[in-house]
Amino acid sequence: METIVEKSLEEQFEEKIANEIRIEPKDWMPEQYRKTLVRQISQHAHSEIVGMLPEGNWITRAPSLKRKAILLSKVQDEAGHGLYLYSAAETLGTSRDQMINDLHSGKAKYSSIFNYPTLSWADIGAIGWLVDGAAIMNQVPLCRTSYGPYARAMVRVCKEESFHQRQGFEIMMSLCNGAPAQKQMAQEAFNRWWWPTLMMFGPKDEESPNTEQSMRWKIKRFTNDELRQRFVDMMVPQAEFLGLTVPDKDLKWNEAKNGYDFGDVDWEEFWNVVKGNGPCNKDRINARVKAHEEGAWVREAALAHAQKRAQREAADQAK
Amino acid sequence: MDLQHTQSPAVQDYTPELRALLLDYTLQLADTSLILGHRLSEWCGHGPILEQDLAMANIALDLIGETRSLYQYAAELEGKGRSEDDLAYLREAVEYKNPLLVEQPNGDFAHTILRQFLFDGFHFFLLKDLQNSPDQRLAAIAAKAFKEASYHLKWSSEWVIRLGDGTEESKRRLQKAIANLWMFSGELFMMTDTEQQLAQAGIIPDYATLLPQWEAHVAKVFAEATLEVPQNVFMQKGGKTGRHSEHLGYILTELQYLQRAYPGLEW
Repeated sequence: METIVEKSLEEQFEEKIANEIRIEPKDWMPEQYRKTLVRQISQHAHSEIVGMLPEGNWITRAPSLKRKAILLSKVQDEAGHGLYLYSAAETLGTSRDQMINDLHSGKAKYSSIFNYPTLSWADIGAIGWLVDGAAIMNQVPLCRTSYGPYARAMVRVCKEESFHQRQGFEIMMSLCNGAPAQKQMAQEAFNRWWWPTLMMFGPKDEESPNTEQSMRWKIKRFTNDELRQRFVDMMVPQAEFLGLTVPDKDLKWNEAKNGYDFGDVDWEEFWNVVKGNGPCNKDRINARVKAHEEGAWVREAALAHAQKRAQREAADQAK
Repeated sequence: MDLQHTQSPAVQDYTPELRALLLDYTLQLADTSLILGHRLSEWCGHGPILEQDLAMANIALDLIGETRSLYQYAAELEGKGRSEDDLAYLREAVEYKNPLLVEQPNGDFAHTILRQFLFDGFHFFLLKDLQNSPDQRLAAIAAKAFKEASYHLKWSSEWVIRLGDGTEESKRRLQKAIANLWMFSGELFMMTDTEQQLAQAGIIPDYATLLPQWEAHVAKVFAEATLEVPQNVFMQKGGKTGRHSEHLGYILTELQYLQRAYPGLEW
């Protein structure tokens, strides 16, 4: 009897997916679908939070008050994205505390791009332009992802991300139109960020273990390689417009495929950074753990105060 | 853009003396919100709770916004073609006029909250009054900032109460912050020559009228937080006349780094 009911729930679920009907928190869903989503959404939330660190690194050194305000507001948006995404993941039955513990223990991942350092002001431009650009490529399709709360969170995230990307491009423009030292700063940042940005789309399709099922469930809409190609095709003309040289000697327009051919990503570096050997993996996690541990007494105090207050209110009502 | 609007109609009518006083005062306010905004922004990404990380970034952003309006006005009053960035990035520590309180290090969250609370109360009552200044520009800047400062004061007051009436540890930490920072609260209300003259001219309030309002608010919040208001504490001063603590030099080193390393460039 039980198996029949189970099967019909699964059929209903598959039917919704096929008909592009959103799955909502109270709907039945296969355990693996739930797990995949928690993994992906929490990874995304963690990326927002860890991503605050490399950019936050330049807030106090921003070169003008306007740039400072824009950067501060951008990093603040990222904290906001982290909040919506943690909330979306919580609808799947995993608490924010649990997700944060998984980040700190190394069980949960975040985007490897944030394991690279921000070494000059131009890195803030390069991150906005390239990293947010790649994030948008990855994220726009997620506005149509099959899980309702995730899709709705992504609509808000994407709006703000495209604003961030424009601001990043604008920083690059100012540098590229500026003094030789500024142009050089921009090129140097571009050289460092280009390849790690291409890695953001994930491993090659044939080595991406989760892609096939995620595509079938419409969690993912395009493969890693498809998105990477689109990104290169979009960014090369922008780099040319800025007068920057793409650090890839194999980059060449391919008329037949109506896109660029480009060199191989250094997958050894990619897997190394994923495994924890990037230049900043330890610093990033240590910074998060430190903030969390040093904040423990604050969270305890807030909780204790809320309890005292609730008790007093209950006592007042009893009078 | 309405050019008339960016130039305060009053500026040309002021005597050079009054203009100099207003310039000095506007710079002092701008320096104060810049330095406190800078300190708060140091928390970004490192806060104890994500929601509070957001709140601190938000307050920092309000303060930087207020800073910009004030420096823009100061630049006009000065009339020497300097920009808001010239004023923020190319002045020496001794020219900065912020009170010592706002340059104090963040310390733990209790220190940050207490520093914010002491300042927010002053800021709130000052702006409340300054909104009615006959100087239209100051009044307009104050009116906008007052709305924000009302939220800041609510936030920091709530946190003083939470930490004071939270756990033993949070209370101990907050008491330590009071022991370290209370001595900087007096300078907020000590009037410099500039402030006295502007108060006499009726352009800014006499701070003696702000102090009792601030004291009443602090007393109320401390009572709810089960904290004692310190009595007879020796008050430090100096920042408002350019005699700073050792901390300001480091803040400016960081803040001004790019503008100093690459003079005269646009970013």
